[in-house]
Amino acid sequence: MRMRAFAMAVVAALAAAACGSSGGSTASPAGTTAANACAKSNLTLVTPGQLTIGTDNPAFDPFFQGPTGHEWTGQFNHDPYNDQGFEDATAYAVAQQLGFTKDQVQWVAVPFNNSYKPGPKNFDFYLAQVSYTPQRAEGADLSDSYYDEQEAVVALQGTDISKATSVAALKPFTYGAQIGTTSYDVTKSVINPDSSVQTFNTLNAALQALKNGQIDGLVVDYPTAYYMANVQLSNGTIVGVLPAPAGKEHFSMVLEKGSPMTACVNGALAALRADGTLAQIQDRWLNQAANAPALH
Amino acid sequence: MATALASTVVVLTVLVVIAVTSPGWDEFRAKFLDGDLFWTSLPEIARAFRLNVKIFSISEVLILILALGIAVLRSLPGPVFFPIRLLAIIYTDVFRGIPTILVVYMLALGIPALLLSDANWYRSAVVWSIVALTLVYSAYVAEVYRAGIQSVHPSQEAAARSLGLSRWQALRFVVLPQAVRRVIPPLLNDFIGLQKDTALVAIAGPVEAFRQAQIAESANFNFTPYLCASLLFLLLTIPLARFTDWLIERDRRRFLASGGS
Repeated sequence: MRMRAFAMAVVAALAAAACGSSGGSTASPAGTTAANACAKSNLTLVTPGQLTIGTDNPAFDPFFQGPTGHEWTGQFNHDPYNDQGFEDATAYAVAQQLGFTKDQVQWVAVPFNNSYKPGPKNFDFYLAQVSYTPQRAEGADLSDSYYDEQEAVVALQGTDISKATSVAALKPFTYGAQIGTTSYDVTKSVINPDSSVQTFNTLNAALQALKNGQIDGLVVDYPTAYYMANVQLSNGTIVGVLPAPAGKEHFSMVLEKGSPMTACVNGALAALRADGTLAQIQDRWLNQAANAPALH
Repeated sequence: MATALASTVVVLTVLVVIAVTSPGWDEFRAKFLDGDLFWTSLPEIARAFRLNVKIFSISEVLILILALGIAVLRSLPGPVFFPIRLLAIIYTDVFRGIPTILVVYMLALGIPALLLSDANWYRSAVVWSIVALTLVYSAYVAEVYRAGIQSVHPSQEAAARSLGLSRWQALRFVVLPQAVRRVIPPLLNDFIGLQKDTALVAIAGPVEAFRQAQIAESANFNFTPYLCASLLFLLLTIPLARFTDWLIERDRRRFLASGGS
């Protein structure tokens, strides 16, 4: 009995010690404040001499366009080396600002959800319609905006939901969204539907559910909604664009936490915005003939 | 007794010390053992867990029935029944071979894609997940039943037949009761597996406990919600396991009490 009590005390004491231990110190990165820290020769790159850019596989229209190639194979896929598409063109524009030629750019495929998880990265920066959230910014560095996004509702033509003209009218329907996306958050906060939001691992699964009639509406960012409604679906339509919740959503490029390149990428984006290149790229690659109505 | 206790304490102490003194302990504790997040995410995960329980309860009943049918079909003797035995063999091979997640994908997203009906049940991912789980687990459980049936000594059936019982009566009143009693532990194995596989319904849309934990994880960038979901699954499994132990023990006592016959 005494032995048992003593043993319990020992274990309890150890457990208390574990819970009570204070946080460890984090080493602050040594920052260079040299004025030309963003000069090409001063950049800390994953592979010296080349710029390694990451994106997801598949790489979808309208963000990446043109033929398939390298690891980006299969229908609906596009080779980032093409330099075609909204994100593709933006990435090469940033690369050019940083002083890299097209031959010096290498692409790697990284799954979306892994890009902003904490830890070392195998890319210098990453872009794949990653929306800025404070939680994602904890694990990785997120650049300034290169696209201010809006969410849109995709549905099948001729269905009841396609006739909705206000956010309130959207409430009674069943929605789907990809898990872990800001689209999911927006669906819950802006539409706040009566039934629970269905979640899917991939957008393709969600799209299939929409085609099957298992969900009434699918919430995705506007460019993806445009692609789905006009290319992937034969009978698709955009019900409308949702009002942005407090604080506009935007796409950010992802870099390793504390990366010295983040400031350089932000500088490049600022330059591209100032001289109108970003607007041009958006016009050319996201030029939507049909405007989807803004819902209130 | 004292030695067992002492060695348990030593092992536990060593494990705790290794964990606590590891360089990443603080990060681990913050990301996996966050107390506040545990309690705030628990209610929604518990609510989502009801879907797991619902799927599990319905599937379990269907599996027990379907699997028994398949096992009996597979045990039919004589060359005239060969096609039926073959079908049963193909069934168990196919549904044990294909990963369960694929079967759920193909049924829950595939069958509604045929657009055969507008009915709500036809489009329901939950309905087709139950069908998928039933098909897959019946294949496993049928083999368990078959092992049980074959373990009953043939003299039992011979004795029953000689008493004038037909094949089916012998099967129903003599062989099956003994067979089923023998295979309760492996049956429970499969059902515990079934409980966890109910999480697969999430790939086709419905939000169950694991998916709800995943939503909380990506919203908070923290893995503690998975701990909540795990504990809920354990809450279901452990009583079931202890109940089955009790069943087996009761059966054993009766067996011994009646002279081991």
